[in-house]
Amino acid sequence: MRFTVHVEITHLPGILDPQGATIERALPALGYENVSEVSVGKSIRLVLDASDEAAARAQVDEMCQRLLANPVIEAYEIAVREMSKA
Amino acid sequence: MSARVGIVVFPGTNCELDVAYALEALGAEPELVWHQDRRLSGIDAVVVPGGFAHGDFLRTGAIARFSPVMDAVSELAAAGAPVVGICNGFQVLTEAHLLPGALQKNVGLKFLCQTVEVRVETDRSALTSTAPVGAVLHLPINHFEGNYVCDAKTLDQLRAEERVVLRYVANPNGSLDDIAGICNEAGNVVGLMPHPERASDPILGSDDGVVLLRALLSAARARTAA
Repeated sequence: MRFTVHVEITHLPGILDPQGATIERALPALGYENVSEVSVGKSIRLVLDASDEAAARAQVDEMCQRLLANPVIEAYEIAVREMSKA
Repeated sequence: MSARVGIVVFPGTNCELDVAYALEALGAEPELVWHQDRRLSGIDAVVVPGGFAHGDFLRTGAIARFSPVMDAVSELAAAGAPVVGICNGFQVLTEAHLLPGALQKNVGLKFLCQTVEVRVETDRSALTSTAPVGAVLHLPINHFEGNYVCDAKTLDQLRAEERVVLRYVANPNGSLDDIAGICNEAGNVVGLMPHPERASDPILGSDDGVVLLRALLSAARARTAA
């Protein structure tokens, strides 16, 4: 089975996000005074062949732990969707 | 006998010759080690120098961690040999879990290239064993990702075990607890953002880095003799 995978990587709560903080300070300069809690992360998309969704998810989780994310400072969310056969 | 220091070169590393020059001037035998090499035979100490290993893609040091040479570096570190990561090398050592925490983008998102003051906080690391604790050194920094972070428990541990090696006198990058350098529990693995090799001769504006490099070489020689 073939799956499309989307991994969203964000800062762990409590870890300072310098990009988010800088953007949050920049927005009021453009007149947007009502914005808070800006955070910047990464979005990784990939295609994976696996026997089923659970196997795909387990492998992506392992890849996140080992390379795609740094669990010391980052959290990640994995979305797995089976590709249509069409 | 002079210390043989392996200097790891990844694609994108750019400080290896500066480190080799500075160490050679102090009587060491530097040896450049390509990242594909799996063995570090006859090497007394390792420096992972600055640069942009593997282009710093994904995260600084994230890809470099998987270079074949890193297994040999980890083995030497576990055996007690001095292993020092400078700047990008520090980032590589954290990604390789040889040092705790991580280095992320500077507060203010500025690439910093300036000379800063750092204070020697402990003499129990391979890089500061012969340095006077409390001494303030003038060393260049040259980084975008030098903002040290770790969880509260790790920070408590670093403080309690005297593993904060260097602190900025005036924090330039937002680093937690003004941390400029740390070491592992045994003190033989050290990571620091400032570049001691670029402060190794008065003609460079400062030779304050020499005290650190000398300590590294004496730790390396002590190991050879043992």
